Amino acid sequence: MARIDLKNLAHSYFPDPKGDDDYALRRMEHVWEDGGAYALLGPSGCGKTTLLNIISGLLPPSHGQVLFDGKDVTRLAPEQRNIAQVFQFPVIYDTMTVYDNLAFPLRNRGIAEKTVDARVREIAGMLDLNGKLKHKARGLGADEKQTISLGRGLVRDDVAAILFDEPLTVIDPHLKWVLRRKLKEIHNKLRPTMVYVTHDQVEALTFADKVVVMYGGKVVQLGTPQDLFENPAHTFVGYFIGSPGMNIVPCNLEGGAAWIDGHRIALTDRHMNAASGASGAVELGIRPEFLTLDTDASASNEGGIPVNIVKVEDLGQYKIATTRFGNAEMKVKIGEDQMISAHSGVLRFPTEWTKLYADSHLVA
Amino acid sequence: MNKITNNKAWFLVLPVFLIVAISAIIPLMTVVNYSVQDIFDPQTRFFVGTEWFKQVLEDTRLHDALVRQIIYTGSILAIEIPLGIAIALTLPRKGWGVSACMVLLALPLLIPWNVVGTIWQIFGRADIGLGGYVIRSLGISYNYSQNPMDAWITVVVMDVWHWTSLVVLLCYAGLRSIPDAYYQAAKIDGASNWAVFRFIQLPKMQSVLVIGVLLRFMDSFMIYTEPFVLTGGGPGNSTTFLSQYLTRMAVGQFDLGPAAAFSIIYFLIILLVCWVFYTVVMNAGKREEQ
Repeated sequence: MARIDLKNLAHSYFPDPKGDDDYALRRMEHVWEDGGAYALLGPSGCGKTTLLNIISGLLPPSHGQVLFDGKDVTRLAPEQRNIAQVFQFPVIYDTMTVYDNLAFPLRNRGIAEKTVDARVREIAGMLDLNGKLKHKARGLGADEKQTISLGRGLVRDDVAAILFDEPLTVIDPHLKWVLRRKLKEIHNKLRPTMVYVTHDQVEALTFADKVVVMYGGKVVQLGTPQDLFENPAHTFVGYFIGSPGMNIVPCNLEGGAAWIDGHRIALTDRHMNAASGASGAVELGIRPEFLTLDTDASASNEGGIPVNIVKVEDLGQYKIATTRFGNAEMKVKIGEDQMISAHSGVLRFPTEWTKLYADSHLVA
Repeated sequence: MNKITNNKAWFLVLPVFLIVAISAIIPLMTVVNYSVQDIFDPQTRFFVGTEWFKQVLEDTRLHDALVRQIIYTGSILAIEIPLGIAIALTLPRKGWGVSACMVLLALPLLIPWNVVGTIWQIFGRADIGLGGYVIRSLGISYNYSQNPMDAWITVVVMDVWHWTSLVVLLCYAGLRSIPDAYYQAAKIDGASNWAVFRFIQLPKMQSVLVIGVLLRFMDSFMIYTEPFVLTGGGPGNSTTFLSQYLTRMAVGQFDLGPAAAFSIIYFLIILLVCWVFYTVVMNAGKREEQ
């Protein structure tokens, strides 16, 4: 197990990159702790698979270094880095039995057959493959094949890191849950360094201790699931994490408050001080969970903004109300038991959850 | 579920039935007809039962031709299949080299068969042929029209030159269908080159190889044109294979009865070998799955 340092790392698929746009991966500097479970989260084409392949050694980076436990491995091939990787689609040695498939990475390294047997049975036990060990891999379903691929990734106990490239894409939803829990269990038990690429926020948030959110070739935030939820460092994180995502609206700052289409939202001195030094377009962001919507006809407008309620969606456990004031639209998450009959209400913004962004980056 | 019966459907299969009848069934039945009769002229014919079959089965020259045929087909399969796999493995996977190699490989397949024979006939001659001349200059005595061994080597090399490309193209198609992730995973699993071949490439090529072996078997077992042009079956009878012997019997000596009987046996041999091979390979695949 190893700590992974990414030093001044960047990658471009062009031989002679000019501007920032030529880089699939912008310059980054990170330390990933030994034994951590990291999820690389981002939309398609954000560079997460590029980053994973650089860590695994399948792709040599055009700039910078990758260090495992302080040792430079940038130019080493995957087999010399001592890592394991699980791919998006099952990779199975068709003609072998399930047992031989699991034993393959160990046998290739000349490990004694007794140790191999013990390891294979342990991993097969964890993944519920015990009953299938003697079967040929060829005849199994996609779920089982991918489970075997996972097993081959987990079977070696001396690896520096285990890398997962969207491994649960082909698995059906129920088994996805089961396997994700197994992976988490295995991580808690063996504490390997795990890096898990996914575009599914639920997968990332449930699997990882630390989530690395990527956008346009950049790491826009590296933090715990709670950080990402409460303090999105970038409007993309706000929008990408959460369902529905954060409400983000352009605003002006004046007189200790934010103004959206002539409506005043009170802010604290902390907000105003932080924003005074920032440049670029200012946006206000707040999660639908933190807004409160008051539909009581007698409610005063004091400390809130009168809004029109455009629609209410009932999702079973909660409701999402879409509200509108001026040109701004805000989604509000409200309890299942809150009845909404009126077409208007008062929207309140708790100051501690109201965030300000300048040029898409969090200022306060 | 209730099936709807509509006898009009028979009319719809009638065209297909007619085409198959004219192209396959009627000619085959004509051959069967010949094989059980002794025909002197269109009006004079006798039913002879299985006599022609007996005669053909006891014909020692035909036994010799059959043995030669088996050795020939065996040796070209033993050369072309491994060679084809080896070449397919070394072909480039991307870039301009791919199309260049494809065109080069396809060339021999596009040449008419008797032209192939003519090319090699000239190529192998010691006086005007480049190949024959080079071999002679190396101090090796070589004359395919007089020495049976030389004739054999030339016929086999010619077939390898002509048909290995087919195996290469089939294998290459099989190899191209392997996703990159397989090679990456094997690398990470620490697999040797041999293991990659044995556990990834060979299993993925299996189905195309079955087709390749079947095609090459059938084709070489029926080979006629190229050896006929190159050696005319000689020297002596040393490169006379089954179809050449058959042609000589039917068209040369006009022994239509024995030739028809032999045609049927010939057809059954090819059918039987293909069926056995296919069944064995497919059953092996199924057994593995269980």
